[in-house]
Amino acid sequence: MQKFCALSLLTPYMWRDGKRRFSIRFAFSSEEGVAIDKDFSYTDALVACPECDLIHKVSAIEAGEQGRCRRCAALLFVRHKNSLDRSLAFALTGLLFFVLANMFPLLIFEMDGQFQSNRLIDGVIAFWNAGYWELSLIVFISSVAAPFLILSVLVSLLVPMRFNRSPSHPQKQIRLLIHLRPWAMSEIFILGIIVAFVKLNDFANVSVGLSLFAFVLMVAATVMAYLSLDDDALWSRLEAIRE
Amino acid sequence: MTTASVTAKSLDAVSCHICGLLISFEYIAKSSARCPRCDSPLHSRKANSLKRTWALLFAALIMYIPANIYPVLTLTNFGQPTPNTIIGGVVELAEAGQWTIAAIIFVASVFVPIFKIIALLFLSFSVRFRMKGLRRQRTWLYRFTEFIGRWSMIDIFMISILIALVQLQAIATIQAGPGAVAFAAVVIVTMFAAMAFDPRLIWDIQGDDND
Repeated sequence: MQKFCALSLLTPYMWRDGKRRFSIRFAFSSEEGVAIDKDFSYTDALVACPECDLIHKVSAIEAGEQGRCRRCAALLFVRHKNSLDRSLAFALTGLLFFVLANMFPLLIFEMDGQFQSNRLIDGVIAFWNAGYWELSLIVFISSVAAPFLILSVLVSLLVPMRFNRSPSHPQKQIRLLIHLRPWAMSEIFILGIIVAFVKLNDFANVSVGLSLFAFVLMVAATVMAYLSLDDDALWSRLEAIRE
Repeated sequence: MTTASVTAKSLDAVSCHICGLLISFEYIAKSSARCPRCDSPLHSRKANSLKRTWALLFAALIMYIPANIYPVLTLTNFGQPTPNTIIGGVVELAEAGQWTIAAIIFVASVFVPIFKIIALLFLSFSVRFRMKGLRRQRTWLYRFTEFIGRWSMIDIFMISILIALVQLQAIATIQAGPGAVAFAAVVIVTMFAAMAFDPRLIWDIQGDDND
């Protein structure tokens, strides 16, 4: 019994994306005494849950499936069809929309015959001019710099890999990507725009600028680029290229 | 029923915090304390997790006071200045009948920061006092806390848009207030606090429980 429990903890349960069906897959049968090979210097055949440290065996799963921690349900690994190509396509799309999002006004404000519009960067400038350099910096990083860097790092990482070349400093780029992730807050910025719009609508005429659409599409593309990126595919592809 | 859970720690191994590669202590002792795959520094648990979480939470609690006392923005309409605090902004939206937006701002700017501070205090105290139950629920609480933290930035972004847009000299202008700096500090500092906390500590305490 003891042995069975230990073994069953090693088997991640799978969750089929499309059908939303809950299915548990056992990597080993309960009777076979499968010992974990403790003799490794480093391995990607086993994975420790990032949130509770439980060891799981990385099993072969189909595209579109996820492996989650058996104990705390944290996401352990995913498989996607054409993961890297899809991610690259979305990142390029996102980058294009990012450029458009910076060129035109987000909102146009009209009061007593006077017009005023703002671009993405104008909030940063306004905070800076008002003497709130800390806020200027925070807004710059979270709404302009981090989203742009994430997209460009994805592109500079995946384009050479697409042509079977090793990108320059792949480890640094991937680390940068992971560290930047919590600080890119474009999706929250959209809600900020909506709230500002509603607030102003009470006492003035506000209309939506062209860049707002581009900005929303950029956020959607960034989210899709991240969702289709499979870290294991990334590392194994890098390794294959290096050999 | 006690389950012999096999963790990276019990295997004498470390999971890379960045890329998830599993590396044995032996390799680290022999070669280097950096991940062979992604080259980031390795550690079994986040260093000084509880101390850093507490320090950051304490800072957040201090900043929380000016964040709510001082105005975050001032609207000057035809020479009449009306300062607005965080809560004042919510009340104003609710009075104008914008219930949905008022509710979003209330959740993001009032509820989330308090919830985050209380949740992280509870989590770190539960580890400090070696609580054994509710591990899964506490892990979920941590995951939720980490996820919602960034959403408090709505107010800061809204202010950045308003001060850039509403600059019609004699008619209407909007200026940022000192409360905004303190509020942004609360959000950023609690984000760092959530990052400093290591949820693996919840599972490290051995003993009977229902996990």
